[in-house]
Amino acid sequence: MLSDAFTKASTMFSTYAPIYPELFVVLAAFVLLMWGVYNRYPAGLSISIVAVGVLVGAMFLIARQPSVAQELFNGAFVDDGFARFMKILTLAGAALAILLSLDYMRRERILHFEYPVLILLATAGMMLTISANDLISLYLALELQSLALYVLAAFHRDQLRSTEAGLKYFILGILSSGLLLYGASLVYGYTGATNFARIAEVVQVSGASVGLVFGLVFILAGLAFKLAAVPFHMWTPDVYEGAPTPVTAFFATAAKMSAMAMLIRVVLTAFPDATQQWQQIIIAISVGSMALGAFAAIGQTNIKRLLGYSSIGHVGYALVGLAAAVPGGAAADGVSAVLIYLAIYLAMTAGAFACVLAMRNGRTTYSESISDLAGVSKEQPLFAFLFAMLLFSLAGIPPLAGFFAKLYVFSAAVQSQLYWLAIVGVVLSVISAYYYLRIVKVMYFDEKGETFQPIAPSVKITLGITAAFTLLFFLYPSPLKLAADAASRTFF
Amino acid sequence: MLNTISPVEAATGIALQQYLTVAAILFTLGAFGIFLNRKNVIIILMCVELMLLAVNVNLVAFSAYLNDLTGQIFALMVLTVAAAEAAIGLAIIVIYHRNRGSIAVDDINSMKG
Repeated sequence: MLSDAFTKASTMFSTYAPIYPELFVVLAAFVLLMWGVYNRYPAGLSISIVAVGVLVGAMFLIARQPSVAQELFNGAFVDDGFARFMKILTLAGAALAILLSLDYMRRERILHFEYPVLILLATAGMMLTISANDLISLYLALELQSLALYVLAAFHRDQLRSTEAGLKYFILGILSSGLLLYGASLVYGYTGATNFARIAEVVQVSGASVGLVFGLVFILAGLAFKLAAVPFHMWTPDVYEGAPTPVTAFFATAAKMSAMAMLIRVVLTAFPDATQQWQQIIIAISVGSMALGAFAAIGQTNIKRLLGYSSIGHVGYALVGLAAAVPGGAAADGVSAVLIYLAIYLAMTAGAFACVLAMRNGRTTYSESISDLAGVSKEQPLFAFLFAMLLFSLAGIPPLAGFFAKLYVFSAAVQSQLYWLAIVGVVLSVISAYYYLRIVKVMYFDEKGETFQPIAPSVKITLGITAAFTLLFFLYPSPLKLAADAASRTFF
Repeated sequence: MLNTISPVEAATGIALQQYLTVAAILFTLGAFGIFLNRKNVIIILMCVELMLLAVNVNLVAFSAYLNDLTGQIFALMVLTVAAAEAAIGLAIIVIYHRNRGSIAVDDINSMKG
């Protein structure tokens, strides 16, 4: 009797197997929250370390999922190869962001237990957005992610800059959600469906009407906001500069992964028959982002702000791959190029932020000014070398990983006959090399200035992992390439 | 499918286009309010609520005219999220006010840009 009930319950529960990773992260967040609340002593450090373990555990759960696409909740949630690939990237970004925060948050005296809990909740939101296959679940998951991110940006609540970053991010973030929702309402109205697959069916039968294209444009605008693509990038430099540095790293890595995954899934599963319409938009925001990333970063003196502009540029390069991902063009190769780009971008950016966190010039003070890096190669040659390599990689110089990332997206563009887009991209990436190389020049050839304190172990670990990946990727690129190819076949 | 006269329109005499126009006007007012208002962040919050409500008008109107409940469920979800959003927004405004002593839009300028 009892065993019957048990079997029944377990079979009922196993229907939810595709969503186990998300459930695990959410439940862990609740447990850690309770631990933090009911602990008599500040438990920020131990909870952070456990949270890293939770994120790694979620990666194992994802790796153990069967390799077929599975749907849940009437198709509102889908777990496929693409989702698994992007979720692993997101989890890696979140884990690195917590790892980077340990020392920084302790010194700034903001290592509250809420920080890892919020990161876990934001990550759960990101995982759900990646798997969202319905306008309603997309919106709800996106809000779960965004609401946690608004609080994280303002996490240093006694500091004007951080709260201002939170306020700006909040205002522009809800504006973008409003745009996305308005688009979603139009798409729902003109197709009668919220599920991506059913929207695609309607578009295939009755074509893309004006109202539908309107809705598509609004949805793309909302997503471009989350992705920080031109012309919806205004919040990025301020938020990147103001937010606590590990939080900025989280924005630049994990948050980008989920936003890009949403964009790819929306255009490729809901609008595969409106390719003409979205491809033009993607090309326009891609060129705009690459150009802004190349020019606006030149005059920057704050390194976090510079990395903010750099991330805008990198979103532009990744979007080149998406613009090429059309049937008859590069198709699956385009998506695969985007995925490879994102994976390499994640490593390079996390490494670059680890370097920013290594610029500690007092017991509790951190420098963010590029000029403070002057002559650092004399006292910390290894740090200067790794930072220089990461910057070379961001600029796309062979044989570093960043070069291959750009190689794949531009060759996808060429396959889709978007020759001019590839040429514009290459030219802009040469221009953007200027400001990366300027930092290298400051580190190696300027007069000795600031002396930095020893680097914290957790930052060293992050820097070591990401720099090793960036430096050695060219020796053994096939695992990532194969994984991205397999993931991209979800759509074609 | 939206071109034929629906039962709702036959009963109420209000065409779907009229609802959509009202929603579009509300949405535009909200969006303009965010950018033109130079006074107070609270007004921005109100403008955003206006935008979300415009979306709800859209969703409920479509739902009624399509004879499909999904839109109304979507509208309920939007209302719930809007409440959570307002709570977090006000909390951020409170901590900002503690640091800056003002929530005037023109004073939010400690970083350039």
